[in-house]
Amino acid sequence: MRYRVGVRIMPRQGILDPQGQAVAHALASLGFDGVAAARVGRSIELAVDASGEADARAQAKRMCERLLANPVTEDFVVDAAEAEGVA
Amino acid sequence: MKVAVVRFPGSNCDADAWHAARDAGHAVEYVWHRSTALGGADVVVLPGGFAYGDYLRAGAIARFSPVMKAVEAHAKAGGLLLGICNGFQVLCEAGILPGALARNAGLSFVCRWVTVRVEATDTPFTARYRRGQELRVPVAHGEGRYVADDATLDRLEREGRVVFRYAGDNPNGALRDIAGITNEGRNVVGMMPHPERAAEALLGSADGAAMFALAAGA
Repeated sequence: MRYRVGVRIMPRQGILDPQGQAVAHALASLGFDGVAAARVGRSIELAVDASGEADARAQAKRMCERLLANPVTEDFVVDAAEAEGVA
Repeated sequence: MKVAVVRFPGSNCDADAWHAARDAGHAVEYVWHRSTALGGADVVVLPGGFAYGDYLRAGAIARFSPVMKAVEAHAKAGGLLLGICNGFQVLCEAGILPGALARNAGLSFVCRWVTVRVEATDTPFTARYRRGQELRVPVAHGEGRYVADDATLDRLEREGRVVFRYAGDNPNGALRDIAGITNEGRNVVGMMPHPERAAEALLGSADGAAMFALAAGA
């Protein structure tokens, strides 16, 4: 079965995120006064052949550990996997 | 000595590194990233550039190039290895050097001359310098902010493995002004500034040339 798995990779808390700061400043300058902070990360959508949802998520986790996220500077979250092509 | 300059798709300082190594009297060969051997090189240089377009993260994809297995084995066996700019990013991604190079604190790509201080002369690449000597070398990077956790930073300091530090002007927000580091065996050096672009007076500075002279008998 093919699953669609989303992974979100974010700069680790406590590590300076200059992109997030720039976005927060830009929002403030547009009048969005309520924005206390913004962080910018990366979202990756994978189509994964797997034996089940747990397997699809486990594969995505290994991909994050090996390549998709940098263990020194980033944290990742594997979002729910959805089976593709199922009504 | 025999020097191999690795070329990734997107390397753009390979010819400069080749030129600097040749001028220092070495036999220099290019090694394509698909190669699984280093041609018996004594010294390997991972040059600057944007290997694989810096997609995902700088160095993240290059570090899985076929040639990197040979580079890792070379480093593990004590062979000399120098990573410049993108090459430093590749070495950190590969775990050959600790830490990571994050996006510059100021967000913009920095391309300018900086002054770095030589902090360690007990590496084959810095043996010709004096401790505390200041070098004028250019930087050109968007992701050059050296980061590591405090334990790693403390360990690098304690073991004298910070090789270069920005003097005065820190162009990217690197923690503890770190511009270059070495590994435990001191045979691998990674640095963000470009000594190969400061290897003769015609280029505006010859301060980087001594890095390619390499230690006698090393």
